[in-house]
Amino acid sequence: MALPIRTFDAVVVGAGGAGLRAALQLAEAGLRVAVLSKVFPTRSHTVAAQGGIGAALGNMGEDSWLWHMYDTVKGSDWLGDQDAIEYVCREAPRVVIELEHFGMPFDRNDDGTVYQRPFGGHMQNMGAGPAVQRSCCAADRTGHALLHTLYQRNVRANTQFFVEWMALDLVRDASGQVLGVTALEMETGEVYVLHARATLFATGGAGRIFASTTNAFINTGDGLGMAARAGIPLEDMEFWQFHPTGVAGAGVLITEGVRGEGGMLLNSTGERFMERYAPNAKDLASRDVVSRAMATEIKEGRGCGPNRDYVLLKLDHLGPEVIEKRLPGIREIAKKFANVDPVRDPIPVVPTVHYMMGGIPTNYRGEVVAPRGGDPNAVVPGFYAAGECGCASVHGANRLGTNSLTDLVVIGKAAGDSVIRFLAENPGRKDLPADAAEPTLARLARLDGQKNGESVHAVAEELRRTMQAHCGVFRFPDLLAEGVRRVRELVQRVARTEVKDKSRVFNTARVEALELDNLIEVARATMVSAEARKESRGAHDRADCHDRPGFPNGRDDANWLKHTLWYHDGDRLDYKPVNLKPLTAESIAPKARTY
Amino acid sequence: MRISIYRYDPDRDEKPYMKEYDVAVEPGDRMLLDLLVKVKAIDDGVAFRRSCREGVCGSDAMNINGKNGLACITRIADLKEPVELRPLPGLPVIRDLIVDMTQFFDQYHSIRPYLVNDEPPPERERLQSPEERAELDGLYECILCACCSTSCPSFWWNPDKFVGPAGLLNAYRFLADSRDRATNERLDNLEDPYRLFRCHTIMNCVDVCPKSLNPTRAIGKIKEMMVKRTV
Ligand SMILES: Cc1cc2nc3c(=O)[nH]c(=O)nc-3n(C[C@H](O)[C@H](O)[C@H](O)COP(=O)(O)OP(=O)(O)OC[C@H]3O[C@@H](n4cnc5c(N)ncnc54)[C@H](O)[C@@H]3O)c2cc1C
Ligand code: SF4
Ligand code: SF4
Ligand code: FES
Repeated sequence: MALPIRTFDAVVVGAGGAGLRAALQLAEAGLRVAVLSKVFPTRSHTVAAQGGIGAALGNMGEDSWLWHMYDTVKGSDWLGDQDAIEYVCREAPRVVIELEHFGMPFDRNDDGTVYQRPFGGHMQNMGAGPAVQRSCCAADRTGHALLHTLYQRNVRANTQFFVEWMALDLVRDASGQVLGVTALEMETGEVYVLHARATLFATGGAGRIFASTTNAFINTGDGLGMAARAGIPLEDMEFWQFHPTGVAGAGVLITEGVRGEGGMLLNSTGERFMERYAPNAKDLASRDVVSRAMATEIKEGRGCGPNRDYVLLKLDHLGPEVIEKRLPGIREIAKKFANVDPVRDPIPVVPTVHYMMGGIPTNYRGEVVAPRGGDPNAVVPGFYAAGECGCASVHGANRLGTNSLTDLVVIGKAAGDSVIRFLAENPGRKDLPADAAEPTLARLARLDGQKNGESVHAVAEELRRTMQAHCGVFRFPDLLAEGVRRVRELVQRVARTEVKDKSRVFNTARVEALELDNLIEVARATMVSAEARKESRGAHDRADCHDRPGFPNGRDDANWLKHTLWYHDGDRLDYKPVNLKPLTAESIAPKARTY
Repeated sequence: MRISIYRYDPDRDEKPYMKEYDVAVEPGDRMLLDLLVKVKAIDDGVAFRRSCREGVCGSDAMNINGKNGLACITRIADLKEPVELRPLPGLPVIRDLIVDMTQFFDQYHSIRPYLVNDEPPPERERLQSPEERAELDGLYECILCACCSTSCPSFWWNPDKFVGPAGLLNAYRFLADSRDRATNERLDNLEDPYRLFRCHTIMNCVDVCPKSLNPTRAIGKIKEMMVKRTV
C-alpha cells in the first residue's frame, strides 16, 4: 500500500518555543514550510514555563555573557559543550530583545527596562557570587508570554500550520539523508508522507516516561523515538533533571523563581536545611544539588506531613503584594493543587522529574550529528533538531533554570538559519525511497490487527512505575541493572498492545499507542545509559560513586568526561568527547563543583 | 463517581448519545481530568483533548454540569453527581468531547493578534513603564480555551460575524499596549454592527473564564475608545 505524498521545502515537527522560533525564520524567508503539532501551537508545553528566560542584559546591575557562560558550564558539571554554551549565552541578550520587539509582555523596572529576577546557579564574577538577577520574566507566566508572542509573530508571517497532526516516523534514504516524515492527521485518521528537503524536530521533552513529572501528557519524546528507530543515536540520556519543587502528590511545578524572590525550603524541624548543603547559594544552588539535599532530608526522616515524604516551601514572608505581583500563577496553583494559600501557609514540595538534558545530538547550529567515518560529529544531511528534544549540548549533566527557554530561542533560530542555508546550497529534491512508508504502515497494521493484547494504559503505567523506582534522584547499581532487565521486558509488551477503538476519526487511543512506541525508546535509552555510566555527575548520582579523594562529588573526569551515545539497535553504547573549547572565549577547565 | 459523557463518533454513530461510567475516586484524584483518564482506561474510545493538566494550555475546555470549564482544574469535590460532560456548545462536534475550533480561531486571527509597530526597533528593548505594562494584566493571560465564546449567545448565533469575547479581549490586549501603533486600524477593524456591537453585556463570558479574566470589561474599554475618537 502507498500513502499520499505532499511536498514541502521544509517540515518542522513541533510548535513549542523552539519550533515556532525556527518556523518564523523559515516563513520570513518565504519557504514552503509545514509546521506540524499534536496540539494547537499555544497548547505546547512551553506554555507552562514559569520563572523566566536567562540573558545577561545587565538591567539590574552588572552582568556579562561570560559570567552566564561560566555558570552554565559549572551547572552542566562540565559535560556541556563549551562552543554551544558560548553561542547560547552570547546570543541570549539579542534574542530576548528580539522577543521584546515582537511584543512579549515582560515585567518592567521603573526605568522601563525588562525586569530580571535571581535564579538558581546564576552568579556574578565567574561563579564567585553573589547571585545575579538574570532571569527575564513575565510574572510567573514567562512561557505563556513567550509562546503566545511567537505564535502571534508566526500569524503575522503567514506560517502554515498543520494542527493536530502527529509525525510518526522519519524518512531516510540509503545514504542516510533525511527526506521528511510520515504523519497522521488526527481528525480524519489519514496518514501521509510529507516529503521535505529539510526536516526539523522540535518535539519537546519526554517526562512522561516517569510516574511523577512536571511535564504534560503530550511530552512523550516522539522526536527521540522517531530518530532512534531511524538509526540516529540519542545523547546523554542518563541525565534527567529533578526539579526540587513539584507540588507533592500532583507533580505540578512551583517555579524556582519563588526561591529567586526569597522563598526558602524547610524540613520537619523548621530548619532552612539548604544552609548546610550549600552555604553560599543556599536555596539557590543548582537544581541537582537542591533535589539531592531534599531527598536526603526525607530519607533521613526529616520530611514533613503524616508520611514524612515532602518538605515545605515557605514564602509567606515575601508579603501578599510581592506574591500577587510576581507570583500570581503560583498562588493559583498552590490553592488548586495543594489546598494551601501561600500568602499564609507553606507549600508541600518534592523533587519531580522535569527536564531531559539529553536528546538528539546536534551542533550549536541545530544540525543533527552522528558518528560516521571516524568523525564523531558528522552532519546528518537534511536533519535538524532544536529545543528540549535536541542535545547541543548546552546543559550537559544538569541544566540551570531559565536556560531552556534561552536554548529554544537561540538554537531554534540558528536551526532555522541552517535549514535556509542548506536549501540554498542544495537546490534539488532527492527522490523518496520506494519503501518510505513501510515502517509506519507496519506499525499501524500491527496495531489494528492486534488480538488479545494488553491495554496501552496498563503498559504505559508499568513503564512509568519502573522508571520512577529504578532511575530516581539517587541511583543504585543493582536497581539500575534490574531496571534494564525490566525495560527490556516492557519492550516486548509494548509490541503487543491492543487498542479497542478502531474509529478513523480523532482516535486518541491510537495516538496514545503510537506515543508509547516513543516512550519505550526514551526509557530504554535512559536506563541503559544510566546503568553504564559508573560515576556521579550533575543529575546522575550513583550510590556506588560518591565523594572520594580525587573524585569530588563522585565525578570521574579521567574516565567519564564524555558524552554517551545510545543506539536503538541492540542497545549499543558509544561515547564521544566533550568539547571544552569555546568559540572565542577561554576554556573553562573542570574543577570541583560547590555552591 | 458517576459520570455521564456525550458520545458521538461520525464513523460509527448515527446520532449522539449519553453514556454513563462509574469510576472509583482514589486519594490521589483531585480534578475531573484525573477521572476522565480513568474512564479512558476502561473505554479507550472516549475522545477528549488534554495536555498540561494544570490549567495553562487550554486544551480540555468542556461543558461540565451545564457550565463551561477546564476539566483539569475542576475539583472533584465540587461536582454534583452524576457529572454530565458535553462538548463546548455552539461549535461543530468532531467526536465526543472534541469540537471543531476553526471559527473560534478564525475570529482570533481576524483581530491581527500581534504587535504592530513599524518604527525601526531600538538596539535595546522598547521602554515601557510598570504602569503601562500593568495595562496588559488581565489580558495577556488568555489561554484561548474558548470557554467564554462558547457560552456567549451572541457568538452562538453569529460565530462567523461576531468576534466573540476571547477575540475582543485579545483585540484590547494590543490596543492597550503602549508599544503598539495600530490603534486606528484596530478600531476600524471592529467598527461594525456585528464584529464588536453584537455584545449585549450578558456577562456569561466573565462567569466562565477559568483564568478569571473579564472580557466584558475589555469590550467596554474598546467601546470607550471608539466613542473617544469620534468626539
Ligand atoms: C512546568 C514547567 C516550567 C518550566 N519553566 C521553565 C522556565 O521558567 N525557564 C526555562 O528556561 N525553562 C523552563 N522549563 C523548561 C522549558 O519550558 C521546556 O524545556 C521547553 O519549553 C520545551 O520547549 P520545546 O519547544 O522544546 O517543546 P514543547 O514546548 O514541549 O513543544 C513540543 C511541540 O512538539 C509537538 N510534537 C511533539 N511530538 C509531535 C509529533 N509526533 N508530531 C507532531 N508534533 C509533535 C507538540 O505538539 C509541541 O508543539 C519548564 C518546564 C516545565 C515543564
Ligand atoms: S458580555 Fe458580550 S461577549 Fe460576554 S457573553 Fe455577553 S454578549 Fe457575549
Ligand atoms: S478569555 Fe478566558 S475563557 Fe475566554 S478564551 Fe481566554 S482564557 Fe478562555
Ligand atoms: S489540560 Fe491544559 S488546560 Fe486543562
